[in-house]
Amino acid sequence: MLHSLDLPFWIALPVALLLLLGGVIAFTGSLGLLRLPTFYTRIHAPTMGNTMGVFCVLVGSLLLVSWQEHRLLLHHLLITLLLVITSPVTAVLLMRAAIRRKVGREQAQAGTHPPQP
Amino acid sequence: MTMLVSWAANIALFLFTAGLCIAAIRLMLGPDITDRVLALDTMYVNGLLILLTLGVRFGLEIYFDIALLLALFGFVGSVAMAKFLVRGEVIEP
Repeated sequence: MLHSLDLPFWIALPVALLLLLGGVIAFTGSLGLLRLPTFYTRIHAPTMGNTMGVFCVLVGSLLLVSWQEHRLLLHHLLITLLLVITSPVTAVLLMRAAIRRKVGREQAQAGTHPPQP
Repeated sequence: MTMLVSWAANIALFLFTAGLCIAAIRLMLGPDITDRVLALDTMYVNGLLILLTLGVRFGLEIYFDIALLLALFGFVGSVAMAKFLVRGEVIEP
């Protein structure tokens, strides 16, 4: 429980700052998802929260847990590793889907058949 | 000093929840279906961040495992939907 232990200042301040930074970055990414005009610009915005926001929160959590256990625990970085590997794959597949749908729509308007997959 | 971390976690939780709501608005508005898939992916990541911050706030390690599972399932779901949009089926014979 967080309330039962007494954190020193040099560990509480970085953890709090990292949590706040992660929150602001993830919120900015979500706001960009709402505000940007087209899909091709919108796909850039949430990647900020995917990488930097998760990284900040995880490093804060890692600091706190490592201080509690009195040893270095690095298994929190697994999530960052997983997201760094998987998030470009999702982005590329979504982008390809958007381009395929746009091309198919234009060819349907022109009267030709859409490309067969 | 514990109060500092706890208040920072509260503010971060508020920001993540606001981001989740914004992504849900984009999920409802989305002009094309790819926008909706992207919004769902963003909602997954925001939910993961909420779980991690709750883990910091309450000092429980179990939230980390749930967040790892959520990251995995979010990736698999988004890739399956994107693959379906590209090819018309998820697993090809």
